[in-house]
This record gives sequence, structure tokens and C-alpha cells, in this order.
Amino acid sequence: MDSHAINDLKKLLGADAVLHRPEELLLYEYDGSVEVARPNCVVFPRHTKEVVGIVQIANRYQIPMIGRGAGTGLSGGALARQGGVLVVFSRMNRILEIDVENQCAVVQPGVVNADLSVAVAQTGLHFAPDPSSQKASTIGGNVSENSGGPHTLAYGVTTNHVHSLEAVLPTGELVRLGSPALDSPGYDLPGLFVGSEGTLALVTEITVKLTRLPETVKTLLAIFDTVDDATETVVDITARGITPAACEMLDGWTIRAVEAYVHAGFPVDCAAVLLLEVDGLREAAEQHAEEVADVCRLHHAREVRVARDARERDLLWKGRKNAFGAVGRLSPTYYVQDGVIPRTKLPQTLRRINEIGEKYGFEIGNIFHAGDGNLHPIILFDAREEKQFQRAVASADEIIGFCIEMGGSITGEHGVGMEKDRLMPLLFTEDDMNLMRRVRDAYNPVGLLNPGKIFPDTKGCGEIHVRPLPVAGASRA
Amino acid sequence: MPATPPQSHEDAQREFALTLSGFSATDKPEYEDYSRCVHCGLCSNNCPTYRLWGREADSPRGRIRQMALVDQGRLEIGDTFVTHIDRCLNCRNCESVCPSGVEYGKILELARAQIEQKYKRPFTSRVLRDFIYRRLLPYPKRIAAAARTLRFYQRWGLASLARNTGILRLLGLQDRESLLPKIDSNFFFSELGKTFPAQGRQRARVAFFAGCVAQVTFSELNRATIRVLQANGCEVVVTAEQVCCGALAAHAGVRDVARNLARANFSAFHADDFDAIITNAAGCGSTLKEYSQLFTENEADLESACKFSAKVRDISEFLADLGLVAPLRPLPMRVTYQDSCHLVHGQKIREAPRKLIRAVPSVELVEMALSDLCCGSAGVYNVMEPKAALDLLSDKMHHAQQTKAQAILTANPGCILQLRAGAAIHKTGQEVLHVIELLDRALIKS
Ligand SMILES: Cc1cc2nc3c(=O)[nH]c(=O)nc-3n(C[C@H](O)[C@H](O)[C@H](O)COP(=O)(O)OP(=O)(O)OC[C@H]3O[C@@H](n4cnc5c(N)ncnc54)[C@H](O)[C@@H]3O)c2cc1C
Ligand code: SF4
Ligand code: SF4
Repeated sequence: MDSHAINDLKKLLGADAVLHRPEELLLYEYDGSVEVARPNCVVFPRHTKEVVGIVQIANRYQIPMIGRGAGTGLSGGALARQGGVLVVFSRMNRILEIDVENQCAVVQPGVVNADLSVAVAQTGLHFAPDPSSQKASTIGGNVSENSGGPHTLAYGVTTNHVHSLEAVLPTGELVRLGSPALDSPGYDLPGLFVGSEGTLALVTEITVKLTRLPETVKTLLAIFDTVDDATETVVDITARGITPAACEMLDGWTIRAVEAYVHAGFPVDCAAVLLLEVDGLREAAEQHAEEVADVCRLHHAREVRVARDARERDLLWKGRKNAFGAVGRLSPTYYVQDGVIPRTKLPQTLRRINEIGEKYGFEIGNIFHAGDGNLHPIILFDAREEKQFQRAVASADEIIGFCIEMGGSITGEHGVGMEKDRLMPLLFTEDDMNLMRRVRDAYNPVGLLNPGKIFPDTKGCGEIHVRPLPVAGASRA
Repeated sequence: MPATPPQSHEDAQREFALTLSGFSATDKPEYEDYSRCVHCGLCSNNCPTYRLWGREADSPRGRIRQMALVDQGRLEIGDTFVTHIDRCLNCRNCESVCPSGVEYGKILELARAQIEQKYKRPFTSRVLRDFIYRRLLPYPKRIAAAARTLRFYQRWGLASLARNTGILRLLGLQDRESLLPKIDSNFFFSELGKTFPAQGRQRARVAFFAGCVAQVTFSELNRATIRVLQANGCEVVVTAEQVCCGALAAHAGVRDVARNLARANFSAFHADDFDAIITNAAGCGSTLKEYSQLFTENEADLESACKFSAKVRDISEFLADLGLVAPLRPLPMRVTYQDSCHLVHGQKIREAPRKLIRAVPSVELVEMALSDLCCGSAGVYNVMEPKAALDLLSDKMHHAQQTKAQAILTANPGCILQLRAGAAIHKTGQEVLHVIELLDRALIKS
């Protein structure tokens, strides 16, 4: 990269906020995924003004720029696929305002999701989107990926909790999108920007909605001896018009990994568990909990446990929220896939995943947001063996192919990033993608912001890109 | 040299990796350990240094990655690597949150052992480290002598003289007077070799591990610990030949010294003779419990290490398990508890100290925010990285002050020093006590 550009950045931000030596850049070639791409320079702005300055410099020298929060993303979204300057928001991490009366907060993008909920806990409010990465991932990252979590089923995804945004367009223009009210007249621009995977603007300030904590929460663990019983329970619960706040499923294999870590008392000999939560006013919650338990028993649940207090509840959730990582105990490298299917298709999809695992000779665990049909199969492999890596990718692609066949999609919440751009044509026609490209180009005309993401760059199909072997210790998470 | 070529594809890859590695063959982070990190990043916001600077290089994931890069020959053990590994507090908060079970403390110490072997530090740093780890801490007599000198200065108000004559400057302590421990008038060394009988029915027979520097700065805490144990039916033996646990040396990567100290302690304590070996220092406790990590599998010492470690208990862990029987008088006061890193993250003990605090009638325990985030003490960190240590301390004092507690309780002498300095610098007027000192105060003494 042009050394003048680096000097300009240092002048703007101070030497401490600009990294450019090779050994420093090596630590920004990865995120939570296995994709690898290195920036030419990394900067740490502290306020919006500095972000505007960075964008102006990037424009002056025509260098790509890429936003990054905590780097927990699972699709390589925060990686500099074509080099350039990585704009890391970790130092823009102040909560600017908490308005209890109007149930909203204004935050800088680097505020960590869980930190916001902790900061407002005393007021009985919380920030509802709860990705499993919430104790590390930033609200800026959540906004860009439109993250969801176990409670998405009842509370919605990030976009349902964003009032307005302040953002710097790739041209250097500072804009405000949306209004303090959740429904604002005109186009729903925040809705467009949330989930745009950092390809439309660098987000510099977010006004989020805070949600009152429910009066009563009932958490149930239902234990099944067959996977089919568990999946059919999910289908049945929703068919009866009950919407649990959360409905998560872990298969037996995953439970054994998780139990070794959290000791939550998960039964290690079962085939699957459902972690169900209902909340609301005391009476309604209790009644729903009972109905849910009845449905579980109807489908031969071996046992239904109800968490007796907050500690037991936290323990159950700890098992779920740390499930991916717990798998790291079984294998140094794994690949978490992210697919969506209509939830009525759960039983056959799980059977198919099992077959695919057998065909390729991999162990595949399954964790998913069963309530909304969002699957996360986890494929274990050994990264030191190149062939295994390619085979893991092939088996994952086969799973995703089956999801599409079932009428589903290629990603539920982890985004397309640079991981799944090549799969987009499976879901969209070239015309569909061109329409989306036109939206991107309206804001990001030269493609300087986060290039090489979401859409396959070479038009037409059959692009093959060979990825480098992950370094030892890397995972495809 | 190698007679047989690698037998499989996997072996070949492994050998290839080994030839390139920037680590030497012994005392290095092993692939099996560091590759458990799946770089999910879930730990970053729990890491005090990442919270301070927001840089990947100063996060757990980044530090582990730097070790992996050295092992792959992609990064050298140079200034950058050493800076980021040095700046780690070894607080092990990352270990508590890591769902993959990365044993960070273990691989960090090994990375530091590599730095010891492969990196030449600047002259003053070399002299200082050599003095502290090799010439001072292992020798009780030298600690006593140094302490007497320091006490002389403290007594006669000559601290500023010491500063001007450069002694403190050599130690990097010129601005750190507030952090310097007050030297006791009555060292604990005089108690070595003594046995203290249980009061009432004897419920356990324990050995007391007295620490090294603690014997000249925390003699009173040690005596209080023994009193509380006696009052709760324990016979306490202060083993004569015991030496420093070696934690500071091990944390700094000076493993040969740590090993020798461990061996000396194996023979000083006959583990079979006691129900438990008790320490009141969380930092010592976590090393004492992990002695086996210092010895590779085939060394005979490993067995002694396992036998010894199996008996080690932190004082609050031990008392909470045993149950308090000594009557306690009410102490109407509001307190907060700062988790000592090596208790909560190193030994995974969170509830025991809280249980003991609540056992004292009329004491009100108010939790502070982020109580398990490091206060910046971290062994000798506050001496080696004073700026970061003070930044962490100021956050800590802010949270402690918000609880409006009269006293901050904690579980490790190092933390006590740091928090006392914090209370003085930030003028919070809060008293800082070890949990055991609170119990001792509440004992109804005849
Ligand atoms: C163990 C684990 C569990 C996870 N569980 C979930 C889950 O349950 N649900 C879920 O949805 N996701 C999950 N994720 C994925 C990930 O945590 C989320 O996508 C999260 O929102 C990313 O936040 P981040 O701060 O790490 O962003 P990063 O990874 O740093 O960046 C993600 C994207 O956002 C862009 N970006 C970041 N900040 C800005 C900004 N200020 N302006 C513009 N663009 C920006 C980046 O360019 C990139 O495209 C999980 C990840 C891990 C490792
Ligand atoms: S939480 Fe564990 S696995 Fe994840 S990045 Fe940190 S050390 Fe690695
Ligand atoms: S030990 Fe503490 S300072 Fe070091 S990486 Fe872990 S959390 Fe950070």
C-alpha cells in the first residue's frame, strides 16, 4: 500500500491507531471463520469524524476499506479479500445514551452486545438480539450481519431492534438513516443497511430499542431417545399455535461434547434434547410451559425437566451458547454450517445429514434453532490433511444443496461474506443478483467498501476458487 | 540424523512443520494444546488487555495465534512477539470463558519459556529479571535481608533518598512507592517448624504454606490464617524446609528455577501426613495445584507432583468445604468482593470465599460489576507494565466505589497490595482485607 496513504492515516489518527507491519497484519487475516485474507493496514478510529477522514483517505488513494467489529463473524465478512484498510471499531465502544423512559439506547458500533444488556440490567431492560457470540460480538457486527439468536423466535432479529443509524457512505458522506420511532415514513433505509454485511456503509452510531425483561421465564429441557421424536415435537408445538420464546435442539453427539464442558446435567445417553423457553406474564407462561411439556411427552420424551431457578436456567443456556466451542474439545478443526429449511422438513433433513456424514466419513453434530428451521451442522475434520478439508467443504455443500431442495436457504444468520458467495447462484438467478448489485452500487459505486463479498465476482457460474489450507489451529467455524 | 523417513503423509507434514518451527524442542507450546483454540473470539471481551487497547495482538486469540505462527515458522520470537506475550496478565480470564477448553495459562508459560531460551532482553531488564527470579525469590534468607534493608528505609523515611540514589530506579520503582508493600516488624520466618494445636475437637491436620515475600509483608495475614484454622478445629503444621512455590518464576518462563523449588517443596511437605496443604495466596495455590505441568511424563518427579498437588487447597476452598464451627460475632459492615484471578480463573473457585463472607453475621456483601476482571496486580505485572496496571486499577476502583462498600475483600496478597494502592491513589477510603482477615476479626477470642 502507498506509504503516503499510511502517513496520512497516521497523521489523522496518531501512530498508535495505525498498524501496517507484516507481523501485525498477520493477526487480522482471520475472523471466526476459516477464510483467510490479509489487509494492508489496520486502523482504530475513536469517533465518527475519524471514520469520515479514513474514508476520504481511502478514496484519495483508491484503496478498499473493510469494517470489523470483534471478528467473530463466521463467513469471512470482516476480512480484506482484496487487501486494503481494515477499519476496526473496537475502540469506538462507548454507550452514548440510555433512555429508560423511551426504552432505547444510543451506542457506538464497537459496544459489545452483552455489555449493553449488563449496563441496563438495573432498569429491567435488555437488548434482545442474543447471538451465541453475544459476550464478544459487537452491536456494529450484529447490525451488519442482522444477527439472531435463540430468542429470535419470539423477539425477532437485530433489524427489529434498530431505530436508526448514523453511517459513513463509501464516498465519505455522513448520513443518518431512520428516525427515533420504529416505523418511519419513506423507505425503510435502516432495514436495507441492517444485514448488508458491511457492503453499503461503515456504521458509526446505532440507536437501538431496549426490551423489557419478561416477568416470568420458564426453561424446559426435554430429553428424547430418537431424533425423529424431537423434531416431530417441534413441528407439533408450532402447529398448535404456541410460540415459545426459544426452541433449540442439540443432538446426542453434541450433548456429550457440551456436557463434558458445562456439566449442566445433560443426559449423555440420549439421542436429542430440546431446550424450550416460554415467557410472559406469570400465569400465561406457566400455562404455556405445561402445554409444551405435554406435547413433548406425547412424542415420547423420556423426561421433561423444568429449571427451578435462575442458576439452573443459566446452566442450561450456558450449554447451548457454548456448544460450538465445546466441540473444539473433540477436534481441533470443525466447520459450522448455517442452513435454513422449513421446519416441517426437519426430520428428513436430519436423516439426510446423517447419511452425508456417513458417506464422507465425518462425524457431524447438529445444533439448531429448531423453532425457525435454522440448522447448524458441525462437521469435524483434521485441517492438517488437505484432502479432508476439501471433503469437509464438499459435504457441507451437499447439506446446503439439500436445504435448498427442501425449499430453504444457504444461510440463516452467519451471512454470505466470502464463504458462500459461490453458492448464491443456487438460490438466485443472475437477474436477481443484478438487482441487488444495483442497490449496492447506488451507495458503494466504485466498490471500495468490502469488495468481493456476497456476490460471486465473476459473472456466470462455475467459478472455482481454491482456498489456502488453514493454518494449524485454525478452524472452519 | 533421522534414520527412517516419515511413514505417512501426516508424519511428513508434522516433520515439515517441526523443521520450520521457531520454538526449540523442549518447554514449548504444543500443537495439541494451542490448536484447541478455534479462534471463535468469544474470549476477547473478557481479556483485560484487549479491553484496554482493542488490539487482536493483545487478545487471547491473538496471542495464541502468535504462538501458532512462531511454531509454523511464520513469525520470529522478536520484539513484537515478546511485547504482546509480556503484556499478558496471565489472569486466565480467557480460560474461564473459552468453550473449547484451551489451557491458556499452560501454553502462555511455555511461550515465555521459549522467550527465555531464544530472546535476548535489554540489559537492565535482564539484570532485573535475573535478580528477582534467580537470586532473590528462591532464597528465604535473601528475602529477609532485602526486607530488612527496605524496612530500614521505610522506618527512617528515607524512601525519597532511596529514590534519589537510584536504588528504586534500578528496580523500576521510582513512581511506585504507593505499591511497595509495608515491611512487617515481625517476620513470619520465626514460625517455620512450629505446630499449632486445634481448638476443641480436632477435625483435620493441615500443613500451612507460608509463601516467600508474604513472610515479610503478610506475616499478620499468615498468623490470622492459622488462628482461623485452629479455631475451626485444625491442627496446623508450618513445615520447616518449605520454599517459594515458584509461581512467579514459572509465569515468567524461568522453569528450571520453578522446577527446583517444586522439588524442594515435595521433600519439605510429606503430603501423606496431612489432610491438606493450605495456602492463603491464590497465586501460589494455582501453581502448587499445577506442579505436574512443570514435569514431562517420564520424569519421576511427576508422581511426587501429582501427590503433592492433590493435597493443595486454597484456604477459602478448604474452610467452605470443612464448614465453619467457630462462633463469630457480628461485624456490621458493607463489603464487596474482588475475585482474585488465580482463584476464580486459575482454580475455578468462585463461591467459596463468598460463602465465608456471608457466614459472618451482619456483614452485607454487595457485588461489584466485573468483579472477576483483573485489578492489574498480576504478580509483578504492576512493576513491569505500570501504565496498564494503573489503568486497570482505576476501572476497578470505580466499580468498587460504586458499591459503597466500606471494605474490599479479596483472596490473594498481591491483589491486596494493588487494591490498597488503588484506595490510596483514588482516595476511596476503603479498607482492603483478605477474606480470612474478616473471619479472624469476627472470631470470638478468649
Ligand atoms: C461461537 C460463535 C457463535 C455464534 N453464534 C451466532 C448466532 O447465534 N447468531 C448469529 O447471528 N451469529 C452468530 N455468530 C456469528 C457472529 O458472531 C455474528 O455475525 C456477529 O454479529 C458478528 O459480530 P462481530 O462484531 O464479531 O463482527 P465482525 O465479524 O467483525 O464483522 C462482521 C461483518 O460486519 C461488518 N462490520 C462490523 N462492524 C461494522 C461497522 N461498524 N460498520 C460496517 N460494517 C461493519 C464487517 O465488515 C463484516 O462484514 C457466532 C459466532 C461464533 C464465533
Ligand atoms: S474462546 Fe477459546 S477457542 Fe475461542 S478464541 Fe478464545 S481461546 Fe480460542
Ligand atoms: S490471561 Fe488474561 S490478559 Fe492474558 S490473554 Fe488471557 S484474559 Fe488476556
